Amino acid sequence: MNPFSFVRAGSPKAAIDAVSKDDNARFIAGGTNLLDLMKNGVMQPEKLVDINNLPLKDIQLSKDKLHIGALALNSTVAADSQVKAQFPLLSQALLAGASQQLRNMATVGGNMMQRTRCSYFYDTAMPCNKRQPGSGCGAIGGINRMHAIFGASDKCIAVHPSDMCVALVALDAVVLVTGPKGDRKIPFADFHRLPGDTPEKDNTLGKGELITAVEVPNNPYTKNIYYLKVRDRASYAFALVSVAAALELEGNVIKSARLAMGGVAHKPWRLTAAEKSLIGKTATEENFRAAANVAMENAKAYEHNSFKLQMAPNSIVTALLKAASV
Amino acid sequence: MSQDHSEKQPTHKPLHETRRGFLKQSSAMMALALTPPIVLKAAEKDEAIAALFEKVPVSMEINGKKHQLSVEPRTTLLDLLREQLALTGTKKGCDHGQCGACTVHVNGMRVNSCLTLAVMQEGKKITTIEGLANGEELHPMQQAFIKHDGFQCGYCTPGQIMSAVACIREGHANSPEEIREFMSGNICRCGAYDNIVSAVMEVKQGGQQV
Repeated sequence: MNPFSFVRAGSPKAAIDAVSKDDNARFIAGGTNLLDLMKNGVMQPEKLVDINNLPLKDIQLSKDKLHIGALALNSTVAADSQVKAQFPLLSQALLAGASQQLRNMATVGGNMMQRTRCSYFYDTAMPCNKRQPGSGCGAIGGINRMHAIFGASDKCIAVHPSDMCVALVALDAVVLVTGPKGDRKIPFADFHRLPGDTPEKDNTLGKGELITAVEVPNNPYTKNIYYLKVRDRASYAFALVSVAAALELEGNVIKSARLAMGGVAHKPWRLTAAEKSLIGKTATEENFRAAANVAMENAKAYEHNSFKLQMAPNSIVTALLKAASV
Repeated sequence: MSQDHSEKQPTHKPLHETRRGFLKQSSAMMALALTPPIVLKAAEKDEAIAALFEKVPVSMEINGKKHQLSVEPRTTLLDLLREQLALTGTKKGCDHGQCGACTVHVNGMRVNSCLTLAVMQEGKKITTIEGLANGEELHPMQQAFIKHDGFQCGYCTPGQIMSAVACIREGHANSPEEIREFMSGNICRCGAYDNIVSAVMEVKQGGQQV
């Protein structure tokens, strides 16, 4: 690892100042992704601002929403009794990610900030527009088995690796940030971005902006939910495809639905059109298959990931069947 | 940080002056030793560059013993334990959080010591494999690993045992399936998984204090 200077921030303002004033300064919370990237030379900050002492760890359930501090640990949120009872999809998604050791270190804010696991991004000997803008994309025309089937560009076909974010986008979460220009709220679906011509930007945060919390509005999805993760081994691997599914049922009729996918795009991929197509339908495999077909419109595969064109709709159907307990 | 040092050393010149003088005198040496971008910046702001190499004070408790340390910021907890404190029971496997050989407990929670910085452990209580036994008496999990032959080469074993103890304490060892899921962050290339699960099950079912 290259040398860097290290400061512990005593307040959000001090943390924001320290990062805003320095071109190559970064916040560090759990560090599970940042330190990995620094060891590989993919990221080389000259200053780390440790934000772990900031009072951003609280998990509070109020009348209309769940408030999760940005520094709450992934393991703490997953095991929280209120989260398990009222937001079980979030708990399931968190437990599908990483290992217990990593969940004990990784924070909610850090999970959102993790970079892609594209092997060309990690390999500094290879071209990568995300790591080094303008250098080209090694994955297009390379080994692209893990890569995107939605929303990619001719600059980048990487996917966002998070499970937690797939549940949060499905549940209409809101991201609270503070920064040099004050506080603002970002709808979760607008937090991460598609690569376009600037794949070096993973999200819509400005320089020096700090995530302080995530809020999830109360919802009826406490029972008929399922987080399906398809991967190369039974546990502790990134998703080939994952699906967050939630149904609000009246008898066997779908009153409302939430669907999102992971492992398929540069951001957690919400399936709004498929959700709408399910409203008023009965919870049958046939209707789930029709919704999956809607979800797959505009999907595009590359040389090694065309299997995802079948795996993704099949995973949507399976997740909906599990959620509906059909 | 430099101010803290200055206050502790009132008889010396303020540290930044000493540092700046040193850097100016040794700029030719620095140019040879450092990569070009850093040299360019060094010419601009000596202070910032010197800070990169400055050790940061940090205190923590390791296996019940208090340590007041001074470490370079880029030192991981794993490297601090192994290289500076000679606690080599904790193993470096992948050094990227993928294998679990470096698992230790920080404030009672299992973590990958390769993916956290030593300077982030201020005030924390660390337990390594060396701190698990009660004197000459092995911890029940250590005994169970021996009884069930829960290893072959043994390199992953300290991490497996630290993880297994935490797995029971967390309440995640209620079935072989649950143990496999919650021990998935510890890779055993010899493939002793079945015996590791048996060892964890026995300790859990034995109801001993872990």
